[in-house]
Amino acid sequence: MTDRLPGFSTIAVHAGAQPDPTTGARATPIYQTTSFVFNDADHAASLFGLQAFGNIYTRIGNPTNAVLEERVAALEGGTAALAVASGHAAQVVVLQQLMRPGDEVLAARKLYGGSINQFTHAFKAFGWNVAWADPDDIGSFERAVTPHTKAIFIESIANPAGSITDIEAIAAIARNAGVPLIVDNTLASPYLIKPIDHGADIVVHSATKFLGGHGNSLGGIIVDAGTFDWAKDNKYPMLSEPRPEYHGIRIQETFGNFAFAIACRVLGLRDLGPALSPFNAFMILTGIETLPLRMQKHCDNAKAVAEFLSAHPAVSAVNYAGLPGDRYNNLQRKYSPKGAGAVFTFSLKGGYDAGVNLVSNLKLFSHLANVGDTRSLVIHPASTTHSQLDDAAKVKSGAAPDVVRLSIGIEDKEDLIEDLDQALRA
Amino acid sequence: MNHDAYDDNYIRSILNGVKSIAMVGASPVNVRPSYFAFKYLAQRGYDMIPVNPGHVGKTLMGKPFVASLADIGRPIDMIDIFRNSSHIMPVVEEALKLSPPPRVIWMQLGARDDAAAEKAEAAGLKVVMNRCPKIEYGRLSSEISWMGVNSRTLSAKRAPVPTQGMRLSLNRTSFGGGQTAASDRAAKNKTEST
Repeated sequence: MTDRLPGFSTIAVHAGAQPDPTTGARATPIYQTTSFVFNDADHAASLFGLQAFGNIYTRIGNPTNAVLEERVAALEGGTAALAVASGHAAQVVVLQQLMRPGDEVLAARKLYGGSINQFTHAFKAFGWNVAWADPDDIGSFERAVTPHTKAIFIESIANPAGSITDIEAIAAIARNAGVPLIVDNTLASPYLIKPIDHGADIVVHSATKFLGGHGNSLGGIIVDAGTFDWAKDNKYPMLSEPRPEYHGIRIQETFGNFAFAIACRVLGLRDLGPALSPFNAFMILTGIETLPLRMQKHCDNAKAVAEFLSAHPAVSAVNYAGLPGDRYNNLQRKYSPKGAGAVFTFSLKGGYDAGVNLVSNLKLFSHLANVGDTRSLVIHPASTTHSQLDDAAKVKSGAAPDVVRLSIGIEDKEDLIEDLDQALRA
Repeated sequence: MNHDAYDDNYIRSILNGVKSIAMVGASPVNVRPSYFAFKYLAQRGYDMIPVNPGHVGKTLMGKPFVASLADIGRPIDMIDIFRNSSHIMPVVEEALKLSPPPRVIWMQLGARDDAAAEKAEAAGLKVVMNRCPKIEYGRLSSEISWMGVNSRTLSAKRAPVPTQGMRLSLNRTSFGGGQTAASDRAAKNKTEST
C-alpha cells in the first residue's frame, strides 16, 4: 500500500461507477425506469422512511443518476450531490431548502442572464427577495448583508465576460454572516476551480455546459460541501426541524455532513419534481470522463484566440482573464492557474452593427445561446441572453451593446483564428 | 489520535475486525435513527446487542434488550454509544470495567467527548467519535452511493448484490482520508468554537 491517492483524471473516469452487479456491464447502464420493486413491505417502509439505502422512484433517485452524483461530488471534493433537470432547477431546489417568504438571497450582479431573470422575477413571486452586490467591490457584499439574508450566491468564473470572482473574500463575508456561500461553478468546472477548497458550502452546476461538454444534454448538479452547520440558531428549519412526512426525523441530525444534499433530494426534488432523465445522466457521465482533456484544450484554444483578438485592429477590447494585464489576471493566477476558461467577451470598434455583422459572417462558430460545447459558439448577449435586462443592467453585467461573447471549442485553434479573421475583415 | 479526521484504513480495520456490537441507547421505536442503524448493522451480519434500561423485557430484531453493559454476560468487541455527548463518560467508565473490555468505543454522529476518548485510549481501546457506523459501512462498501453520497472510494470489481446478513467488502481504493478535506476543516472549526 502506498499513500498516493487517485488523481483528478482517475476520479473523472471511475468515481461512482463500478461494474454492474447483475450483468457485469462495465459502462454505467442507463436505468430507464420510473420505479423499483421492493423486496417486501418492511423494505418499502424502510425506504420511504429514509432508513435504508435503495431506490424507490426516479423522481427521487435513480442508479444511473447516482453515478453522476457521486462522480461530481468526488470531483468537487463534496460529501454528496444531487442531479436535477437543469442548472436552473438546481438553483430553485437549493434555495427552496434555505428560503421562506420574506427571506433574502444576496447575489453577485455578474451572473448568467437567465439566472438574473430567475432571481428577479420567478423568485420574487415566491416572496424571496434578492439583494445584488458587485463582485468587483467585495465591500458591497458586506454592506448588503441584512438579518434576512439566508445565502450568498456567486459564479466562480462569471458569465458573460469570464471574470474571476474572489471566492475566499466572499466566503469570509458569508461565514461572518452565518449563511452558506453558494457558488455556480459551471464555467470553471472542478478541473479549473474547486470552490469548496476556497470556502464554498454549496456548489451548483449547469451540467449542460462543460461537464457534459458536447451540447447534447441538459442537466444540473447540486454539491454539498458538508461544511455548514444547519442546526445553528435554527435559521434553516427545513434541515433542523422534525419532518412530519418522515416520521419526525431531523435531516441534519440523521444525515450529518451530507444533510443538505439529502434535503434537496427528499424535500426539493420530491416536491418540486425537476428530475434528470437517466439517459441525460448517462450522456453527461460520458462527457465527464474526458473533462480534464477537454477543459485544458478549451482553455489553451481560448487563450490563443484571445491573444489574436487583442492584437486585431477591428477590436477595441478583449475581456479574458488569461491575458496579462487583464483586470482579473491576478485572480485567475490564484484561483484558476490551469487556464481562464473558454467563455469571454470582446468589444468591436464598429459597435453594435459590427457585432451583428461578425456573427453573420462567421462560418465555423455557431450562433446560439449555449456555452461549454465541443464546438465554438458565438452570441451577441445584448440582443439575446441579456436582452431582458435594461440598458444599465446590461452594462453592469458585462453585456454592453458592442460586446460579443465567445465560447471556444476544442477544434484546431488555427481554424478558429482564421474564421474570426475572415469574419472581421468581411 | 486525531479525532477531527479519520483515515479510511482506521475505520475499515474497525468495521472489518469487530463481530459483536452493543448499542447503548438503542430504541425499539422504528423511526428512530438508532433503530435503523441497529437494523442495518444486523442485516450486514454483525452480532447486535440492544442496551437500554428503559426497554428491558422487549426485543429489537429478535434480540432482547439488556439494562446495562454488565448484563450482557459475554465478551463484546465494540460499544456504539447512541447518547448525547454529556452522557458518554459514564458509559465509557462502565465499559472499561468489563472483563475483557471491548476493543472499540464508537460515539454516534453528533456525539463527542474528548476526555472519555482519552480515557478509553489510555486503556488501549480504539475510539471513533461523531460518526455513524451505518454510514461508514455503507460508504466503504459503496452501498451509500445509491443516495448520491461521495463514498470517496473506487473499484473496478463487479459490485455485489447485497442480501440479508451479507458482509460486504470494504476494501475499495480510498481517495481521501477522513471526511472530505472541507468537512474536516468545518468539523475542526466547530469543535474549537464550542
